[in-house]
Amino acid sequence: MSAAQTLTIDGFKVPINGERNLLEVIRKAHIELPTFCYHSELSIYGACRLCMVDLEGRGTVAACSTPPEPGMKIRTQTTAIRELRKVTLELLLASGKHDCPTCTKSGSCKLQSLAQRLGVERVRFNAPLEDKPLDHSSNGLVRDPNKCVLCGDCVRVCQEIQGIGVLDFTQRGSKVVVTPAFDKPMADVECVQCGQCAAVCPTGAITVKQDVDPVHLAINDPAKTVVVQIAPAVRVALGEMFNMGDDTQVMGRTVAALRRLGFDKVYDTAFAADLTIMEEAQEFLTRFGKGEKLPLFTSCCPAWVQLAEQEFSEELPQLSSCRSPQAMFGSFAKATLPAELGIKRENLVVVSVMPCTAKKSEAKRPELGQDGVQDVDIVITTQELGRMIQDAGITLAELEPEGMDMPFGVKTGAGIIFGNSGGVTEAVIRHVAGVMGGENPVIEEIRSDKGLRTAVLELPGAKVRIAVVSGLANARALVEDMRAGRQQYDFVEVMACPGGCSGGAGQPVAMTAAVRQKRTDNLRRLDASMDLRVSKENAFITKAYKDLLVEPNSAEAHHLLHTHYSTRRRITGDGIALTDAGAGRVPVSVCVGTSCYLRGSQKLLKELLHHVEDQDLGEAVEIRATFCMEGCDRGPTVRVAGHVLHRADLDTVKELVEKARKGELEPCEAEQPCH
Amino acid sequence: MSATIETVDLQAVGQAYNDAAKLFQRRIVICGGTGCMANGAMKVSEALRKEAGAQGIELAIELDFEETRTQDGLLTKSGCQGFCQMGPLLSIEPDGIVYCKVRPADVQEIVRETLMDGKTVERLLYKDPATGKICRGHHEIPFYALQQRTVLKSCGSLDPENVREYLGQGGYQGAIRAFTAMEPEAVCKDILDSGLRGRGGGGFPTGRKWEMARIQPGPKKYIVCNGDEGDPGAFMDRAVMEGNPHAVLEGMMIAARAIGADEGYVYVRAEYPLAVARVRRAVKDAEELGILGDDVFGSGMSFRVQVMEGAGAFVCGEETALLASIMGQRGMPMPKPPFPAQSGLHGKPTIINNVETLATIPLIFAQGPAAFRAQGTAASPGTKTFALTGHVSNTGLIEVPFGTTLRHIVFEVGGGVTFKDGTVDPDGFKAVQIGGPSGGCLTKDHLDLPMDFDNLTKIGAMVGSGGLVVMNQGTCMVQVAKFFMQFTQNESCGKCVPCREGTRQMLHLLEEIVEGRGTDETLPLLESLARNVKLGSLCGLGKTAPNPVLSTLTHFRDEYEAHVHRKVCPSRECKALMTPAIDAALCKGCTLCARKCPVDAIQGERKSPHSIDASKCIRCGACVETCKFNAITGA
Repeated sequence: MSAAQTLTIDGFKVPINGERNLLEVIRKAHIELPTFCYHSELSIYGACRLCMVDLEGRGTVAACSTPPEPGMKIRTQTTAIRELRKVTLELLLASGKHDCPTCTKSGSCKLQSLAQRLGVERVRFNAPLEDKPLDHSSNGLVRDPNKCVLCGDCVRVCQEIQGIGVLDFTQRGSKVVVTPAFDKPMADVECVQCGQCAAVCPTGAITVKQDVDPVHLAINDPAKTVVVQIAPAVRVALGEMFNMGDDTQVMGRTVAALRRLGFDKVYDTAFAADLTIMEEAQEFLTRFGKGEKLPLFTSCCPAWVQLAEQEFSEELPQLSSCRSPQAMFGSFAKATLPAELGIKRENLVVVSVMPCTAKKSEAKRPELGQDGVQDVDIVITTQELGRMIQDAGITLAELEPEGMDMPFGVKTGAGIIFGNSGGVTEAVIRHVAGVMGGENPVIEEIRSDKGLRTAVLELPGAKVRIAVVSGLANARALVEDMRAGRQQYDFVEVMACPGGCSGGAGQPVAMTAAVRQKRTDNLRRLDASMDLRVSKENAFITKAYKDLLVEPNSAEAHHLLHTHYSTRRRITGDGIALTDAGAGRVPVSVCVGTSCYLRGSQKLLKELLHHVEDQDLGEAVEIRATFCMEGCDRGPTVRVAGHVLHRADLDTVKELVEKARKGELEPCEAEQPCH
Repeated sequence: MSATIETVDLQAVGQAYNDAAKLFQRRIVICGGTGCMANGAMKVSEALRKEAGAQGIELAIELDFEETRTQDGLLTKSGCQGFCQMGPLLSIEPDGIVYCKVRPADVQEIVRETLMDGKTVERLLYKDPATGKICRGHHEIPFYALQQRTVLKSCGSLDPENVREYLGQGGYQGAIRAFTAMEPEAVCKDILDSGLRGRGGGGFPTGRKWEMARIQPGPKKYIVCNGDEGDPGAFMDRAVMEGNPHAVLEGMMIAARAIGADEGYVYVRAEYPLAVARVRRAVKDAEELGILGDDVFGSGMSFRVQVMEGAGAFVCGEETALLASIMGQRGMPMPKPPFPAQSGLHGKPTIINNVETLATIPLIFAQGPAAFRAQGTAASPGTKTFALTGHVSNTGLIEVPFGTTLRHIVFEVGGGVTFKDGTVDPDGFKAVQIGGPSGGCLTKDHLDLPMDFDNLTKIGAMVGSGGLVVMNQGTCMVQVAKFFMQFTQNESCGKCVPCREGTRQMLHLLEEIVEGRGTDETLPLLESLARNVKLGSLCGLGKTAPNPVLSTLTHFRDEYEAHVHRKVCPSRECKALMTPAIDAALCKGCTLCARKCPVDAIQGERKSPHSIDASKCIRCGACVETCKFNAITGA
């Protein structure tokens, strides 16, 4: 057997054990080479040039993109390398508006910490820059291109992990920017606001939208009663912002802090998670028994729900109709608390603390409210709560732990593990196994850290095929596999963020995967420490059904706890006007998206324009080129006065236009095809 | 055997062309390169045919293979003949005449004198500005006589849109041999033995590159022809694609056989519409004759070629960026390894060769590796095309063996350095920028250096794709560096930090210098940046972007220092550093300058010498241009 393969780093021999690149070997040797664009979960990009090392015989190479070979001699600290690293950092500092004191990322910014680490004392470069506008359009995220170092991490995480690809590079030279297609605002593209772009962004170029101010306003309004719900994953991450290490009492201390911040009641989203299990498990059992609308896809994750609405219209009926725990909490609180607390409904303010940026958007969905008042009024993230506590000067670590308020402060372990990928599944299994008279199994496979986990739950007289995915690219692959008949499941849990909610983008910035794993472990420990670990054992849940909800999936429960979905267009906007607009003209939009283009929409559009010219219809119709109207496989798609026409040809379009001109075509606003 | 049938067929096609062409008493070739076309070559051609017809001389533009009688003349177009400055060029054989700068108005005389009477129209012949000698044909014009045109040889005579003519000159015989009589190893070995090095810039041995791809497991491999020529002032590849597209295709076929590829791409920048059209036509013609397609020459192997238009990004000349572009992605380079020869287009082994390299392959096959190796220098065999531009008498496309000195190119082929007005300046030589924005400058110290890959690299320059920009004494080298830095900054893909941000800051420092805002810190900072951009950049664009700065700093440091420390531009090109002064002895007091001055910086009584208030002067230079008595000097 040959001796272990080694290479030499700064004079020390280091073994090679299947590392993919020099960077991994060097880091294994306890040298933390700086990087911006390297993430072990993402593809190699090689752009930041901070991990450059001297490789004997080959000169200066990027460690991230050089495969290790036995016998290599590497030096990481030569004078030339040190100068290169410092100049590169200096160039980055000169490349934007890096005004640390006013940046929300200050303190967790890689550029800031590297500048300190490498001792950059002065930026000698001062070529002027032009200010680029910020994008505040998204509910959950803010994009500040002036702080972007163009490492491409966001581009790759969105493309590779989430399979969406909202962001990409455009322009050349020093004008390069990362931006959505056609420079559209984030709110107008297919972004599902999972926020993983913000989670990997090393600077303040993509950050979580701050909603702290309205919380303070509500708290300081004497007319309002402000209650807060805390999601399960928050309790295992907030302590990171206060260097609380292995403190097991973070939740209790957080409750104390929330009361000191002025919240009137402190509740647990895990209570609503128990409620979700009651509803969702019943929904599953009903569908499973009838063998219809399977698999049941979970609906807790708002980013996944939005993606499904945008792209998986075929699967929409299979999504659980259950609202998410946050939303269930909101509707249930707004329905019951006013009476219980003796206040008016309009004076009750429900604030959520979530690990998630997409929850901000979910809370604004019109169907999750009543009479123009949303069920959840304000959503802040773990990061924002941490900053509120810091802002108030509260020394969290020193507070005496306190308990949550009744009744929504009571939960079971099943509700708590919602914060992990696989947790909802485990909670459902506990419930279903109990109902169907089986054991209460722990399926280890479900607890692994893989992006896709599958298992078969053996129950008396039935086998339940289960899949758990995190990362939307994995979800997409799973849906495609099922569509193609390669895989079949009965129950599918989807979480957009790798690792589930504990890895959400609203959590404190985690520089390593180890931090995420620790959160997961701590949630499991909390679950294990609970006396009650099955949702139906929650006494206040039993009470809720007795008082109001009757039984799972009852009409009352449906009214308060369930919702509906609809297909959503991914690209909005009015399209491009090709003829003059004017009142009374019949609007005709022709899709020029890729799929319709391939099916001849361009030709159709040309013919239509010729027709308008030939027949002198300029005053009668208004033609626009638009992008996707969905139903891509049935293109070319044309919309005439609101009527969507698939597989359109010139004659049919002409016919519809004529009808519309004669007023025989009732304007129709529905997105669904009318013909 | 089908292989022989195919071979005979193609030879017959070529022979038929040659036989038919022999029936013509005259062959008239109008240059159809981009330069001549832009100057109205096609109008000349049309006028010539009409005028000749009116005089009873039939000029055919196509061969009639049925015809057996002797005919008057054949009028065709060629690719770029190289002497672009003198275009439109018209050559008449067998008379051995080359007419320059031919206009439609000249055709009457040409028809009357030359076509009817066999005489020469002297005023349309080239006149050597150095000797005043009238030159009749190619062999007399020094520009041509002093070159060694091999790759470009057919460009000036062959009709690029006629595959039959290419066949008639022995075209595709190399490809036939490679596919029907050689094993891939042998093909690679021939190219390795020839010593051919890539003409696209780096000079990597082509044979070694092919061998690297050959040993990769198949079955899918690709050949890509890199026609994304983007250096300012370089147009060698364009000329070859426009002038001899079939040679490029044949080179691709031989490369395909060498590595076992069945698919090829020609990547041409969209700014070369004529090259795109001619290569497309060549592919179509080759497909129709069964040269490209399935079962190539009866070998059972197939090879197909697609033409891709690049959107005109300089960085797409970098091979990994080019591949990304073909795959429909943004043209950004990827780190190497893996090399494209291992994992390239769609993750398959891919060979990317430059146009000129590929066009050289059939020549190597025709003459044998040893004969090829005998040309040029030992380490850089063969010839190299250069685009000669700038302050030089004869601008255009040239080809010389490696090892030729700069002196030969500039003073012999190029006819010497000129003033800005185009007249020859015997003492005007200052420098030559070689290799465009990636290259460096050569000075009078390098005039006798044998130019090849290694010698140029040694002195901080590079062959690059072969642009040669001659600069006279009136050229400010800081401005030259700034020009190229502006180019690379605009064309950087923006991916890696040193190139994107470093070139931006270097450009800014150069601007500070020419604007007179340089400080003691500027030059050390510029040098440090240049060093680190070179060291840290991801791809060749960034690694070579500082070359113009570094080489001008090496050879013309005094000019930089004059700008920075004395606020003077020795070449008087930097307007911001001009301090106009009025020579009292020459000033007539006409007041013209005072009236022209936009900031009222000039005072003086009528008919007495004026003076300039330096504190008010914005150095716009308006007074210098206005003065009729040359009384105002710039510095």
